[in-house]
Amino acid sequence: MNFSDATLARFAKEVAKYPADQKQSAVMACLAIVQHEQGHVSSEAEEAVAAYLGMPPIAVHEVTSFYNMYNQHAVGRFKLNVCTNLPCQLRNGQKALEQVCQRLGVEPYGTTADGRFTVQPCECLGACADAPVMLVNDREMLSFMTPERLDELLDTLQKAQG
Amino acid sequence: MAGTIDLSKFKAKGQETCFHGRHIAPQIYAGLDGSNWRLSDYVARGGYAALSKVLGKDGGSGLTPDEVIAEVKASGLRGRGGAGFPTGLKWSFMPRQFPGPKYLVCNSDEGEPGTCKDRDILRYNPHIVIEGMAIAAYAMGVKTAYNYIHGEIFEVYQRFEEALDEARAAGFLGEHVLGSDFSFQLHAHHGFGAYICGEETALLESIEGKKGQPRFKPPFPASFGLYGKPTTINNTETFAAVPWIIRNGGQAYLDCGKPNNGGTKIYSVVGDVNAPGNFEVPLGTPFPELLALAGGVKGGALKAVIPGGSSAPVLPAALMMDCTMDYDSIAKAGSMLGSGAVIVMNDSRCMVKSLLRLDYFYMHESCGQCTPCREGTGWLWRIVDRIEHGKGRLEDLELLDSVAGNIKGHTICALGDAAAMPVQAMLKHFRDEFMYHIEHKTCLVKQSA
Repeated sequence: MNFSDATLARFAKEVAKYPADQKQSAVMACLAIVQHEQGHVSSEAEEAVAAYLGMPPIAVHEVTSFYNMYNQHAVGRFKLNVCTNLPCQLRNGQKALEQVCQRLGVEPYGTTADGRFTVQPCECLGACADAPVMLVNDREMLSFMTPERLDELLDTLQKAQG
Repeated sequence: MAGTIDLSKFKAKGQETCFHGRHIAPQIYAGLDGSNWRLSDYVARGGYAALSKVLGKDGGSGLTPDEVIAEVKASGLRGRGGAGFPTGLKWSFMPRQFPGPKYLVCNSDEGEPGTCKDRDILRYNPHIVIEGMAIAAYAMGVKTAYNYIHGEIFEVYQRFEEALDEARAAGFLGEHVLGSDFSFQLHAHHGFGAYICGEETALLESIEGKKGQPRFKPPFPASFGLYGKPTTINNTETFAAVPWIIRNGGQAYLDCGKPNNGGTKIYSVVGDVNAPGNFEVPLGTPFPELLALAGGVKGGALKAVIPGGSSAPVLPAALMMDCTMDYDSIAKAGSMLGSGAVIVMNDSRCMVKSLLRLDYFYMHESCGQCTPCREGTGWLWRIVDRIEHGKGRLEDLELLDSVAGNIKGHTICALGDAAAMPVQAMLKHFRDEFMYHIEHKTCLVKQSA
């Protein structure tokens, strides 16, 4: 796999944060960039990142497989992570997950047949006073997701182009 | 990314959690409104004056590194991440004369369930962390630092990057800070979903580009830290407290708390309250007062509180209502102040169900390195799961106690203890509820949700 010049420029900005002999420190950021651009981290991408950073591919795979947020397989256009940890559970986080799954017709961790949505229960997102909370595509934190707001969100995402 | 789709209407604006005007004598959250996070706003609030003072760029003679550390020691500031270790003492452990690189790390990997205070600091007042870290770096002779930010709050990471660019452009970071001899560079590093990386040596491994598995201690980070070099790690809120201390003096900071518990503390009050949010109040504030700031209990009477993040032992209402919110009072009641996350539970809550969810979390987040934790957290979850689902046996209570006891103290890091303590505290204070579940195969309480 060859990365575009734009991607390589994003990688280089991360590598520059660390001592010259510690390029491996940028692996988490590089993998997050790959996921942002490609939707998931394939083994081909792991190998290419490994070559770029001068580290063994297995060391990259250790990172991909250790941290919860890396997608090791393709996911839907929208990955919805709904927090069900205790502080969210006390404010209907579990019900929020059930509502999303029911409306989209998927089991937790499942992807809809049209490839639009992947729904995952998740651990603490660190926004407990906004409960129930969810994360869209790793980057956008949505707060106070009452049944009405969840419906509105899913309407918005279902109607969205692309 | 959700790409071009605008989801901003679903995002928190901070009114509920931070700009509600219900802090008491705030220092870190003072004067914030969500739009005034930029460097110019921070300077207008008196920001970077402490750094100027330390470097002698305010017309004064400056402070020596020893004087900075002495001031922080005098303030009584204790680590806000969970352990409550005296910050000035920690800074004095750094071998300042060590030749070669030394590092400073900010732990913003805020993942302790219930905790969301650092997120608001970084979103709405990022420069206070940058200034606090610059002062700390000066005191310890450090030139390079990293802020490790929880991967799930990626938007906050991006904002912090923006704040760093502003600080570099204004000369608060980089070569010869404010024209002094002090040079300092600070970078942001994001996690990507691993509770364990909040443990400081796991966090260091993670910055090194590895799995976040905690290191055996000793050696401690002060002698063998990031890349094997002397390193000091403090929590976000700890660094954020430093500029105020330097501007106003350690004694003034100590005076606004109570003895051995100086300063303000930000509590995330979450769960069954009418107005969940972050509240910055002086240490030693009575718990009933904090509860009132969060609008009081929602949906019933107060049943229990987990006072310091999910790893802290639960306390029943009666014990909790007598506590003041500081390290010593909560410890005396048998729990810990931890990260300052206050998880409130009303009397409709089933403690078996609540513990089940926490046990699943610790099983899921155990890094797998130590057998007692890797296997034991699974045991705990399976036993509580069968009690919850009407398949428990009376001897399961002894078994739970025994498994928890065999995890505690037998692992490299504190995640094992964090998994064991909630179990033991639940059995201590709410044993009847577990027994009822086993004998009647149903809840003692009627659940509201």
